Amino acid sequence: MKKYAYYPGCSLESLATSYNVSTLEVAHEIGLDLKEIKDWNCCGATAYFPVDELLANTLVARNLALAEKEGASDFVAPCSACYKNAYFTNAYLKKDPDLAEHINYALEADNLHISGTLRVRHLIEVILEDVGLDEIRKKIVQPLKNLHVAPYYGCQLLRPRKDHENVENPQFFEDLLSALGADPIEYPSKARCCGGSLIITNRKAALDMVCKLLEDAVNHKADVIATTCPMCNVNLEVYQAQVNQEFGTHFSIPVMYFTQLMGIALGLKPGSLGIGNEMISSAPLLAFAQG
Amino acid sequence: MASELSFGDEIANMMYASHGNPIRDCIQCGTCSGTCPAVEFMDHTPRQIIGLIRADYKDEVLASNTYWSCASCYHCSVRCPAGIDIADMMYALKRYSMWNKTYQEDLIGPAFSESFIKMIVGSGRSFEPQLAPAYLFKYGPRGLIQEAQTATGLMLKGRMPLLPKKIKGLKNFQRMVRRIIPIGEPS
Repeated sequence: MKKYAYYPGCSLESLATSYNVSTLEVAHEIGLDLKEIKDWNCCGATAYFPVDELLANTLVARNLALAEKEGASDFVAPCSACYKNAYFTNAYLKKDPDLAEHINYALEADNLHISGTLRVRHLIEVILEDVGLDEIRKKIVQPLKNLHVAPYYGCQLLRPRKDHENVENPQFFEDLLSALGADPIEYPSKARCCGGSLIITNRKAALDMVCKLLEDAVNHKADVIATTCPMCNVNLEVYQAQVNQEFGTHFSIPVMYFTQLMGIALGLKPGSLGIGNEMISSAPLLAFAQG
Repeated sequence: MASELSFGDEIANMMYASHGNPIRDCIQCGTCSGTCPAVEFMDHTPRQIIGLIRADYKDEVLASNTYWSCASCYHCSVRCPAGIDIADMMYALKRYSMWNKTYQEDLIGPAFSESFIKMIVGSGRSFEPQLAPAYLFKYGPRGLIQEAQTATGLMLKGRMPLLPKKIKGLKNFQRMVRRIIPIGEPS
């Protein structure tokens, strides 16, 4: 029996609360028991690694150690950046006893120990593999018919390669969207980078990257872009206005978490999925909402 | 007497956890540069940076903005036919330039990373408003206005946190951090 330790990550408590509530609502609906790790800390996103690699791995390892202590078998992160960090720290310390010793020496000061027994997974992976599309299809009450959705994979969910995934042309997000009754669109940029933290450290570069992504999705007739990561979501949604100012474009395409699309298809209420606090109206999805 | 390390070896040594980087295996094919979504904003393309490192052009590499323009998207890493984790090498270059304080003054990345670490060590959690001083005034008056508009919009939608969070076991957390980097004694 799998025991899921849920690691929401900092963004899901601030900019992306709607991802957190929609995750928990959908998980409940499809029978996934996600138990939040007690007193977790920030995973560092992309900002610790430039400072000190050992520190970065230790800060990530603390969360893994907390999950191990709670007896979990799987560490589940809805944020692609948290997922990537946790996945690799877990993998590195398993293959490198010397690194594990350094990390455990530090963890000892926090009365923790890590042995590397967890499987680190992204939320979408758990939903697809442990619940499965058949089970999801059975629970759909409101198929998202004729809704053209651009599945946006972003980077860290796919890269660096974890084990078996198709990093150039993955299809699992499309499969999930089809199971919801939606029409996933094909567009070349689905796994291109959104700029990540360059939105802060090199605004010009990031806005350029976001602009190209939005353009590609819109040119391929997307009604909505679906994401699996709070950073992608913020860059594509919140910064759309700045892209328009910078490039004289007129983008106004909603960017939703895949859990919000799932929730609507499962017949859950928009409010319970955090829908309503977007910067860009979610009208195309709300058309399917019940009640 | 021990011979001095080449710049390339110094960089490879800074990839401690991931066990080095076979920079010397690079065949200069340029797949990384053709793949990189940020390449047009870099002083040197990733291929050029690797070439410069191997030719020991340390000053040019240290004066470059290339690695601070890397978004860590790992597209180059998964495509490199020589199996070099180029994005990880960019992290090593960031570390080198931070530890030796060789980065260009106008870059935001180093200041941002530093304030991020200070914030985490202080509270265990990330809190966006605390990071703002590291970049807010670097984009000129227009950038400041745009950012203020964005922040106001987020606040109106209840998406901007007003109070920083702190983990409960902060004392032990800081004891743990102290075992890796010197952050001073507890006050």
